[in-house]
Amino acid sequence: MWTFFHKLGSPPWLYAIAGAILRWLVPVTLVALVGGMVWGLLFTAPDFRQGNSYRIIYIHVPAAVVALAGYYVMAIAGAISLIWRMKMADVVMKAAAPVGAALTFIALLTGAIWGKPTWGTWWVWDARITSMLILLFLYLGVVALYEAFDNKEAAGKACAVLSLVGMVNIPIIYKSVDWWYSLHQPASIKFSGESTIDPSMLYPLLLMIAAFYALFTCCLLMNMRAELLQRESRTQWVKKIAGKESRR
Amino acid sequence: MYFDSFQALLTMNGHGIYVWPAYLITIVVITAVLVAPLRRRNRLLEQLAAELRRTESATGSGVRGEQ
Repeated sequence: MWTFFHKLGSPPWLYAIAGAILRWLVPVTLVALVGGMVWGLLFTAPDFRQGNSYRIIYIHVPAAVVALAGYYVMAIAGAISLIWRMKMADVVMKAAAPVGAALTFIALLTGAIWGKPTWGTWWVWDARITSMLILLFLYLGVVALYEAFDNKEAAGKACAVLSLVGMVNIPIIYKSVDWWYSLHQPASIKFSGESTIDPSMLYPLLLMIAAFYALFTCCLLMNMRAELLQRESRTQWVKKIAGKESRR
Repeated sequence: MYFDSFQALLTMNGHGIYVWPAYLITIVVITAVLVAPLRRRNRLLEQLAAELRRTESATGSGVRGEQ
């Protein structure tokens, strides 16, 4: 067990293992994304009330779900780096922020596009939508805050604190559709009880959610690898990799 | 396939103008987040490799010689 933790703190080991995972995870992710999109766009029946516009669900919901999950990753990594001073946790936190921001952006944008034919408006200052916008600003805030510091250790601490404070927003996003009167519908997929979505629509949606989780993991690992190389650029193992690259 | 023709797939009964841009923008953003770390990594490695070549030609030794 302890050796595992030791390895987890070892940059060359982390770099290598992330590379090994990416070698198969990237192709699997791309196939799942393309497959899920084609399934949702071409092989499902339209919604009886919303017509074809509902097809946006296959990107909107997965992006929103994983944007929230990604925030946990970022905040927990931030907490670990604050409490235990684990350098690799800081790398994870920094790597998660831009990916989370991109996913939140996708969720907001596709939501706005979906809102036009369904609600008749691109944007409302509704609880769910506003709290998602705050999530986007939190992600972007972490990215910007990191860049604002010259001292990267201080930057890591400030970002960790910001992402932990931002955790307040997460239950608000989840509960916003129940707490406030909202245009946004409550969740259709439930872990307990009957889901209020037809299986023919549920399966491609679940595939897309899995694909977006995989996409987040891919981007996280790739960002971590780039970050590790930069932080460790003066060490022998990075020079070895650079030497190999230059001979190609 | 649900749609009868390519035309029907494109227009989606008037919802095509919403659905297709939504998917298109999503694909663009996904491509961007996948390519950005790759480019950053390649740029870094190129820089480091160039530095290595410089120190090697200056001292006549380096990591490459050790391998």
